[in-house]
Amino acid sequence: MMAPEIERLINLLAKLPGLGPRSARRAVLALIRRRETLLAPLAKAMGEAAEAVRTCTNCGNIDGRDPCAICADVRRDASVICVVEDVADLWALERTHAFKGRYHVLGGTLSALDGIGPDDLRLPALVGRVANASATEIILALSATVDGQTTAHYIADKLAGSKVKISGLAHGIPVGGELDYLDDGTLSAALKARRTIDNESPVDSPADNLVENT
Amino acid sequence: MEWHDDAIVLAARKHGESSAIVTLLTRDHGRHLGLVRGGMGRRKRGLFQPGNQVRATWRARLAEHLGSFACELENARAATLLDDRDRLSALSAACAVADAALPERETHAPVFEGMEILLDSMAGNLWPTIYVKWELGLLQELGFGLDFSCCAATGTTENLIYISPKSGRAVSAEAAEPYRKSLLPLPSFLLEAGIEGPPDGISDGLKLTGYFLERHVFSHTRSGMAPAARQRLIDQLRKK
Repeated sequence: MMAPEIERLINLLAKLPGLGPRSARRAVLALIRRRETLLAPLAKAMGEAAEAVRTCTNCGNIDGRDPCAICADVRRDASVICVVEDVADLWALERTHAFKGRYHVLGGTLSALDGIGPDDLRLPALVGRVANASATEIILALSATVDGQTTAHYIADKLAGSKVKISGLAHGIPVGGELDYLDDGTLSAALKARRTIDNESPVDSPADNLVENT
Repeated sequence: MEWHDDAIVLAARKHGESSAIVTLLTRDHGRHLGLVRGGMGRRKRGLFQPGNQVRATWRARLAEHLGSFACELENARAATLLDDRDRLSALSAACAVADAALPERETHAPVFEGMEILLDSMAGNLWPTIYVKWELGLLQELGFGLDFSCCAATGTTENLIYISPKSGRAVSAEAAEPYRKSLLPLPSFLLEAGIEGPPDGISDGLKLTGYFLERHVFSHTRSGMAPAARQRLIDQLRKK
């Protein structure tokens, strides 16, 4: 017989991604065994997060303040906006430390299957940002899937009248990837987006005009 | 139960954390759903993009079970079309239309073969014409074929330029005169094989097939309307 508090905790934890009832039971047991060092601080941190975390009205990122730390950071380049599908993608790009511009989180992609249309995404906010801000480039960092690229083309169309440069991420061989182990789709995309080695500029191919709209 | 078949991926919906419920258009088993374990995982996600051609194996204990698919990629069509907005729109529209229009587990080999031809045609420039003809074929396969053989009013085979929205039969220019406003235009490229449709003709063709698909097929689906991907294709082609 298990205490109802413990059972409730297990049921809640089992709903998290990566956890099922069995792993939730193990996690709860570990938390209870380390009540002072883990359970109490975790409960406090979760309470604080629930209280403080909000969605940035400017970019759609989640942070403890609005506007978020990225939008409020004056050292970041406001002229380049990277459009991502989800906050998880924003975090992935931030981990690279390779991008110093600002972001715009769409909140999904157009999907015929799930019935997600343009009205369900944060597209008007993006169009508004492009019109109001001094943006010079929009980077469409969307998934290399049919839905992701359909969304990219749709956004490029929507922004066609503006003077901003619209670019998309390259598709191809991942770092450490061996050709023999790559799927046909990745290989053909990589071949299309090939570049010359000596000056590292892309060769002229139809793929170069991916979402270019300048 | 086990079968093997050629198939085109129509859709993949996430199930659980990394599995997917995949909808395939198969040659001999029609539109068929099945579970793919790890189908939304990093390794298999690219395989289940709409338009990709696969060799599918379906297994289940009983025929009425959902069953599971094991698929091997045969032609990665989606990846080759990602850069082209028109062709990508057509690919999405064709997959969404087939997914919405076809009943489950009912063999429609001509629709599969037509879709193969349509997707292969995207390497060239004839695909808008073939897309319209594929939708016409889909209507026919579902039992709502249009009749272009002769005029519904006079029986003449000359000057057929309209379609009756009521009967789905062709109407000649002379017979159509009093009812012209209520008739649908019949583009001439649909009357002959091997002719490329002009942009206006493609637009009229999509309007024609769209009208009958909405009336006979999509109005009976859960959403009650054509998939949004089809409208996006029409908007895309209109811009040209």
